Amino acid sequence: MEMMLAIGLGTITACAVYLLLRGRMFPVALGLSLLASAANLFIFLMGRLRPGAAPIIAPETSIYADPVPQALVLTAIVIGFGMTGFIMALAVRTRSETGSDHADGREPVPDRNEVDEP
Amino acid sequence: MTHLLVVPIVLPALAAALLLLLYRAPLAAARVLSLGAAAGLLAVAVAIFVHVQPDRPLVYALGHWPAPFGIVLVADRLSAFMLLLTAVLTLAAVLYAGQGWDTRGQFFHPLFLFQVMGLNGAFLTGDLFNLFVFFEILLIASYCLALQGLGLDRLRATLHYAAVNIAASSVFLIAVSLLYGITGTLNMAHLAERIAQIRSEDVALARAAGLLLLGVFAIKAALFPLYFWLPPAYANAPAPVAALFSIMTKVGIYAIIRLTTLIYGGGADATMELTSSWLLPVALVTLVLATVGALGAERLATMTAYLTIASAGTILTAVAIGGSAALSAALYYLAHSTLAIAVLFLVTDLLGRSRGAMHDQLHPGPPLRQATPLGLAFLFGGATMAGVPPSSGFFGKLMVLHSTHDGTTAAMVWTVVLVTSVLTLIGCSRAGSILLWNTTDPPSSGQAAPPRAGEWTALAMLAGGSLLLVVFAAPITRYTDETAAQLIAPSTYIDTVLGPLREGLIRPYPEIGR
Repeated sequence: MEMMLAIGLGTITACAVYLLLRGRMFPVALGLSLLASAANLFIFLMGRLRPGAAPIIAPETSIYADPVPQALVLTAIVIGFGMTGFIMALAVRTRSETGSDHADGREPVPDRNEVDEP
Repeated sequence: MTHLLVVPIVLPALAAALLLLLYRAPLAAARVLSLGAAAGLLAVAVAIFVHVQPDRPLVYALGHWPAPFGIVLVADRLSAFMLLLTAVLTLAAVLYAGQGWDTRGQFFHPLFLFQVMGLNGAFLTGDLFNLFVFFEILLIASYCLALQGLGLDRLRATLHYAAVNIAASSVFLIAVSLLYGITGTLNMAHLAERIAQIRSEDVALARAAGLLLLGVFAIKAALFPLYFWLPPAYANAPAPVAALFSIMTKVGIYAIIRLTTLIYGGGADATMELTSSWLLPVALVTLVLATVGALGAERLATMTAYLTIASAGTILTAVAIGGSAALSAALYYLAHSTLAIAVLFLVTDLLGRSRGAMHDQLHPGPPLRQATPLGLAFLFGGATMAGVPPSSGFFGKLMVLHSTHDGTTAAMVWTVVLVTSVLTLIGCSRAGSILLWNTTDPPSSGQAAPPRAGEWTALAMLAGGSLLLVVFAAPITRYTDETAAQLIAPSTYIDTVLGPLREGLIRPYPEIGR
């Protein structure tokens, strides 16, 4: 279970980094939100996997889930969502002002040897 | 009096919320309210500054939850110092903005106060996750502030600035939760205690988390190679906002100081050699590259932005040298450079405005109106940044140089700091002579408004602060010495924060986890 989650998280993060390094704003924004998701899952897992356990400590319980990461992840989701919304609005505004969704705000000058991807 | 510590966060938040509700009210009312809040903040910052004793930090448990369970606000000497600096800067910037900049965008004043709230919160909080939250508050406000007035350059610069910092925030979260996973706490004092007694199999993870945090804070502090977002963002930001931004890189530096002296200050087995191996070379390279950038700048604002990075490089050089003398030098230089850079950003705006269409481009242009006072103000800012005696920059650099002890470090630091000082002086002289003397014949046709009294007042306040750093150099260095001593021996901080609860009640986390 742990191994599966770790591999999954790694894959998501790798995809996010790849998207972040693209030149267009749409993949960059997608990459940012993927990275935020990866971070959120990571926070959640740092409370350890305790399937079926309640986040309540009582004298007789020996197995319980840690409630703190759940609270943290809630905060992180809200902030991450707000930030993604902001960067989307900013990207759309830049796109409408410059006519290009390139991260530099202008279309790159095409190189003779390489054709820019659509 | 017991609630004094929460005021620097609550006051700007309330004032900003009120300003949002009153957004239809005349601008004059908004300016008065905003100025009043800034003045109130200064008074509170002074009160906290006076109250904090070197051996007893003030602790405020939010909601009266005791330390490791709830979030605490802690004001030690360092926090009080940063709060006071922020308050001075805020007052000057709000005063300056009230002279006309705030008409260019809606919600200038509430956004400004939200950013100040984030800054104050970041300096006061004693909880790592809470630090993340306050970082986000100050960042989202700064994105919007950097966009005030819009325009293509601002959009482009802010897009990069926002993308880099949002990515950094995710890394911050990963590092914080990794630390939580190892130690089971987020309270900085408690973290310091837990990391000092960490089990050997967790050392690698703790180092990874520490270096991730260092990387994130290096993005905020604009260290090489993570500074490329800064020059366009700062150079295109409105002048009063750029002046406030001069403390934003210092938030990163503050966090690095906390990270290295408090959280990883325990010094137990191999937990942390964070500073020595990475920070010093990176800080020196930053200093060199930023100075080269300042020399090659096409605009005065870009030059000032590069000088911001150079100042961060100098401060972190001192932090990396380590020891109480170097930390003391770092704090003095921090205060000096924040004020001097704010002065330069404001002067840049005034100079640019009086040159009409040429703005602040470093090309020969029409002669200036009011060239003498503007030139003198620029001379003051440039000479202070370069460290010409008897400016505060001179004392700051002297303290940094004086704090080096071992041979190779001293050689590197002396060479780099002295050479970059000369280069900064050359860069400032070049900019000043182009702007003020190398003028083209036709006088400016545009009827640019001359600087107003309020703008001069704001400038004088910041320049006066810089002069006070020189005049009261002895008591101020005594204060920074005591602060550095407090930072080097964090046990007082830890004891005061954790209080009487530390024994018995706190169960070590690993039992839960495994």
